[in-house]
Amino acid sequence: MGKIINQSIFNKKNLLLLGFIVLLIAPLFLTDFRLNLLGKYLAFAILVIGLDLLWGYTGVLSLGHGIFFGIGAYAMGMYLKLEASGTTKLPDFMAWSGVQELPFIWVPFQNPILAILLGIFIPLVIALLLGLLTFRNRINGVYFTILSQALVVVVVTLFVGQQGLTGGTNGLTSFSTIFGFSLASTTTQTVIYLITAAVLAIVYFASKMLINGRLGQVLIGIRDGENRLRFLGYDPAIFKTFIYALSAGIAGLAGMLFVLQVGIISPTMMGIIPSIEMVLWVALGGRGTLIGPVLGAILVNWAKTTFSESYPDIWLYFLGLMFVIVVVFLPDGLMGLFKKFQKRWIGLHDKQPNSARVEKNYS
Amino acid sequence: MINSQTVLESKKITVEFSGFKAISNLDFKVTNNKVHFLIGPNGAGKTTLLDVICGKTQVSQGKVVYMEDQNLMKLKDFEIVHIGISRKFQTPSIFQNLTVYENLIIALKQDKGLWATITAKITKNQQKDIEEMLHLTGLIEEKDQQAGALSHGQKQWLEIAMVLLQDPGLVLLDEPIAGMSKVERLKTGEMIREIAKDRTVLIVEHDMDFVKEYADIVTVMHEGQLLCQGSMEEVQNDPRVREVYLGRKED
Repeated sequence: MGKIINQSIFNKKNLLLLGFIVLLIAPLFLTDFRLNLLGKYLAFAILVIGLDLLWGYTGVLSLGHGIFFGIGAYAMGMYLKLEASGTTKLPDFMAWSGVQELPFIWVPFQNPILAILLGIFIPLVIALLLGLLTFRNRINGVYFTILSQALVVVVVTLFVGQQGLTGGTNGLTSFSTIFGFSLASTTTQTVIYLITAAVLAIVYFASKMLINGRLGQVLIGIRDGENRLRFLGYDPAIFKTFIYALSAGIAGLAGMLFVLQVGIISPTMMGIIPSIEMVLWVALGGRGTLIGPVLGAILVNWAKTTFSESYPDIWLYFLGLMFVIVVVFLPDGLMGLFKKFQKRWIGLHDKQPNSARVEKNYS
Repeated sequence: MINSQTVLESKKITVEFSGFKAISNLDFKVTNNKVHFLIGPNGAGKTTLLDVICGKTQVSQGKVVYMEDQNLMKLKDFEIVHIGISRKFQTPSIFQNLTVYENLIIALKQDKGLWATITAKITKNQQKDIEEMLHLTGLIEEKDQQAGALSHGQKQWLEIAMVLLQDPGLVLLDEPIAGMSKVERLKTGEMIREIAKDRTVLIVEHDMDFVKEYADIVTVMHEGQLLCQGSMEEVQNDPRVREVYLGRKED
């Protein structure tokens, strides 16, 4: 990247490190309840990194990431449910639906390691197949977006309909232990929180590395001029499929961490509305920046909690207003605003010519 | 290098757009290391011919063969690039949000598969090639600037540089000097001469002065067919060409 102001890079790195340290020591100054909420926000933050790779960098808008998140959550939920039911007994809801024997698709989830792997790979493979089918046939833009939304309807209907297999509209809940540790204990929850924070950091840096390499430039190329890129000898379909599958895998991972901390997963949490909300977090944070969406996810969810606690009657209006303001006045999200200030700041305090070019301005 | 080797040959190609024949039954040859201009009135099928060569448009009949044995009709657009045919489009199509340098990097000739892209590192030779291109196009100062901020002429040059970095055997240029100032035209002309030294260049152009100045060989197309081919002088004296252009004011 050459000589982009060393100073600000150092600052950025320091800021990130500082943020991560704050997350690590959060258990020391947050109550169990607040820590649990923060853990949930961080799970969402993991998800939006994948979504930003897909939408912010590659320009592919998916309004269906709720199901990848949900499938990951269900995978973990199935394992937890089986562990809560003991090895010999069926999960409670199955007995209510008259299921006699453990359905074969539940069998692999008795093994926690397998459950975790499946929680990542089932979403990944679904996205891979769907991506190959659509992108190879040049189904792009808004058509792909509609298709991704249709996928949500299909999957949610399937989950609701298969009461005996999935718990229907109630979803999966009343878990007790993970690896034999009680999920209700503070220690377990703190450890799960710390794991979530660590996973967030790992996913963030891995994505950052991916984006800083040649791949990042190619993805931006796909976003800004897919046809041109084709005539440079790249096959955009392969790249888009890869990023779509990767983001789905990340969503699955986030879903697993979510269910561990929230203790329930149901079809409403993977439906159309959550799928759209996720996209809004990305937009609010600033797409194509990675860190922006992470902050967006944490901030919006924190605001959601705060508003709903303080103004239970009108909090939804606050939230709506926030989105309207961002969409109308901040097309580049919070990061766009931040960069504007940074530019002005540097303009005021530093007259060196090459400092004027601060960062790329993705619009 | 063997003299007058056929680089590209179209064999009786026809392109139909819902009944309208943009190109009909066209036989056409491009020989190596020449600056080959394609001229003709609007709607003659020049750009369509380029579209066919680079895989953007499918033919209804016939085939185009590259280097005598590669049937382009069987290849996908990005695969055609891999065998050595690169195209510059009419409107500058560079990547606005990437820097000039990054634009050049992604154009580099190399394995463009997924894994190769993820692990790609720039080699010393590639670095040298890029530097060379920056000098050729005079964009060395703008290296780290966003390409979207370049002037129209600079964008065109950047795109030509991106085409060249793929080290193609055949370069297709579609109206490279449209919208350029006199000085910019001159510079583009010099660039074209430079790049034709070790490759073939096929150019669609309307500007007759420019064609006269730089053409080794000129092909005139009319209504999807080949009207005549030869040096600029031969073409200019051909009565059929005069007839086609009659009433058209050329500068």
